[in-house]
Amino acid sequence: MSATHILAFSFGSPTSIFAPAGTPAHSVFNLSMLVLGITAGILLVVAGLLIYALLRYRHRSASTNSEQEPPQIYGSNQIELSWTVIPILIVVMLFLATARVIFSTEHAGKPSTAIDVVVIGHQFWWEYRYPKLDIITANELHVPVSNSRQPTPTYLTMSSADTDHSFWVPRLAGKMDLIPNRINTMWIDPESSGLYLGQCAQYCGTQHAKMLIRVYADDPAHFAAWIAHQQQPAVQNPAAAEGRAVFEHNACISCHTIAGTVATGRFGPDLTHVASRDTIGSGSIPNTPANLRSFVDDPAHFKPGALMPAMHLNAHDLDAVTKYLTTLQ
Amino acid sequence: MATQAPITAVLDETAIPAPRRMALQVLHDWVMTVDHKKIGLMYIGYALLFLVVAGVEALLMRVQLAVPNNTFVSPQVFNRLFTMHGTTMVFFVGMPILFGFGNYLIPLMIGARDMAFPRLNAFSFWISAFGGLLLYFSFFGGSGLYGAGTAPDVGWFAYAPLTAKVFSPGHSTDYWTLSILLSGIGSVGVALNIVATVICMRCPGMKLSRLPLFVWLYLVTSMMVFVVVSPLTAAQIMLMLDRYVGSHFFDTQAGGSAILWMHFFWIFGHPEVYILILPAFAFANEIIPVFSRKAIFGYPAMVAATVAIGFISLSVWAHHMFTVGLGPGANTFFTLSTMLIAIPTGIKIFNWLATLWGGKIHFTVAMMFAVGFLFQFLIAGLTGIMLSVAPFDWQLGNSYFVVAHFHYVLVGAILFMLFSAFYYWYPKMTGRVLSEKLGKWHFWIFLIGFHLTFDFMHIPGLEGMPRRVYTYEADRGWMLWNLIVSSGAIFHAIGTLIFVYNMIWAFFRGHVAGPDPWDAWTLEWATSSPPATYNFATIPSVASRRPLWDIKHPEDPDSNYEM
Repeated sequence: MSATHILAFSFGSPTSIFAPAGTPAHSVFNLSMLVLGITAGILLVVAGLLIYALLRYRHRSASTNSEQEPPQIYGSNQIELSWTVIPILIVVMLFLATARVIFSTEHAGKPSTAIDVVVIGHQFWWEYRYPKLDIITANELHVPVSNSRQPTPTYLTMSSADTDHSFWVPRLAGKMDLIPNRINTMWIDPESSGLYLGQCAQYCGTQHAKMLIRVYADDPAHFAAWIAHQQQPAVQNPAAAEGRAVFEHNACISCHTIAGTVATGRFGPDLTHVASRDTIGSGSIPNTPANLRSFVDDPAHFKPGALMPAMHLNAHDLDAVTKYLTTLQ
Repeated sequence: MATQAPITAVLDETAIPAPRRMALQVLHDWVMTVDHKKIGLMYIGYALLFLVVAGVEALLMRVQLAVPNNTFVSPQVFNRLFTMHGTTMVFFVGMPILFGFGNYLIPLMIGARDMAFPRLNAFSFWISAFGGLLLYFSFFGGSGLYGAGTAPDVGWFAYAPLTAKVFSPGHSTDYWTLSILLSGIGSVGVALNIVATVICMRCPGMKLSRLPLFVWLYLVTSMMVFVVVSPLTAAQIMLMLDRYVGSHFFDTQAGGSAILWMHFFWIFGHPEVYILILPAFAFANEIIPVFSRKAIFGYPAMVAATVAIGFISLSVWAHHMFTVGLGPGANTFFTLSTMLIAIPTGIKIFNWLATLWGGKIHFTVAMMFAVGFLFQFLIAGLTGIMLSVAPFDWQLGNSYFVVAHFHYVLVGAILFMLFSAFYYWYPKMTGRVLSEKLGKWHFWIFLIGFHLTFDFMHIPGLEGMPRRVYTYEADRGWMLWNLIVSSGAIFHAIGTLIFVYNMIWAFFRGHVAGPDPWDAWTLEWATSSPPATYNFATIPSVASRRPLWDIKHPEDPDSNYEM
């Protein structure tokens, strides 16, 4: 990566909270501008007074009365009162502005056109279920673009299968934790199509760092096409029958589901349409045959601490399984 | 500062010849001592040792994070490093070093010969010290999330259910739990002792309204320790029951509550921040007036603000939980309570400002660190206001912005004020003055390092970088900032080395301090440096908040003005 790239990224991060692209992120952004303005004002005034005092009242050994103590001043109730009352007024104002955003975000009415997605956090990947659409997928969340004329926000109902996690896509909304034995909700409404990045924001174990989030905001036509595709059972390509047999005769099926086959495991990501995803390992590496092969061989190569064990397949079986997985469009 | 003769009224000038003794006798002296000064010094020495250890842990983390996808340490090691760094800094550096200064100075400042319970004092130190050793013994005795034979890796706030047996097998989490339990017992012991000492041991004339602000702040801190260490201890016991007896307090797989742990932890964890910062305020309250050559402005307001902080800090804990889904009601309440704490804190800053105003400010190294503290604490307070705004926290919570914010408090405010306190009271403790020249190098290098590291650390947080990640993606734009942050760490290391060298050098070669090198006003400067075991040959009696001022300025004593 060149220096110019690094610079361009440094000031134009794809995960900046200052580039909001959805209603909740916008309302936080607007509120944050108010807060930043007020705090900057306080900083200027107080730091300015401090600097003035330090310069003006520094000890000058050259002056004639340098050995003499300055006049002792013990306090003043009027002054104390003024620097108590002014901050109180600032706090009241900030509090009211904040309360409004808290309620408008957390108590927003849910339109009938909203999409429902159940998000389940796992060590160290994301499970996405669309209960009304009968889709289960992993790690790459697809949601429709929403606009004010025809709002189609996505409501996320969140929990965890193991430890605490937190769902954070800065450009779309603030974070919300996924806590086992508890259900939380949040909503997102991306205003333009594209890919929004994020990652787990609550320490959840060894591979917390590579529990990445990818949210694809699709325009209505693409979203409908994606839904229709995901609702299909897995592709049965005769050319990959050998790989399928390897998959089904190994421990793969204990943890993974491939719809329409004997693989109905629930511990790992659903692989029914794994080849249609851009990445594997919860967004940590591109979904290429070589990466896939390497991941199946030993996930710890990319994600040390991942709960999937090294499969110890021989090279032939590894090739066959990789081929099978790449046919699961 | 005018120089004048020692305060003969209370200064004991009897020269007691110190016989040369064998090393074993000296060791025996220190191990068996119940003298508050020796215990205070042991607390400080012990904390400095752990400061270096936890500082090295931070350096290793910064090497790993300097560039994306680095493989300097494994994820498992990184997770241990941040857990140990946080736990050590809070429980085995912050608490003991502050208790150390309190132990040493409180009896001297109130004209007492020792703490109220000298044996409890020694017990508290040794049990805390054992806690720290236990934590580090985990490197040999524990086994963590992954691999065997190693340290805790659940983070310093150890959220359930990651600490459950199923997610943290082995014993590393148990070492963490037990070491904090022990440290908690020690902390409550010291707190009890400080409260009893301040209430019962003051010299004649020292009414509560004449107590040095230093002592007032330690009194409030100690009261807070009582209230908030208890829930932490309870939570640790519940966690042990979960892990070994099969109870289900935090065991979510069996219907337990992860949020319950968060409540228990943060009702301790947030007041803990004030327990650590109030002693720093205490140092500032003594050092800023002396080097401004003026009495503290608004003493009663300072006391009231401290007590207010003590109470309000007990009602803000769930601002650490804005993202756990407590609902708009709770989020609104904790936003308000957190913002309210800005008011007494602001009063303090304004009073320090007013103390400087109209003074004759002497920029000794102690004062330079205190000035650094004022600016950095101001900024830390303002980022704190940002984080108190719940929706802003939905974005910033658990990001590097938070890490930057609390390091601004812990390093920029507390550590700077601690350095200031070292330069100010080292002469009292050892009889020799630290080198001002080396001190200035120390100050400027540390200041540059601090701002390189912690100013730029805010930015990746604003750009979506969560904390506690062992590495990060190259396409997120966090590399430049992390590189700058890591480069600042080098300055911290160099500055600290200069400081350590200065302490060793001054111990043997420093200027002899005499009883009162800063021309100060509180009673500790009326004793010899270092003070005799019994502190005061005759118990002094005071008529104002600044007894030494009264002696030095009999024509214009403070007692004429105090309300």
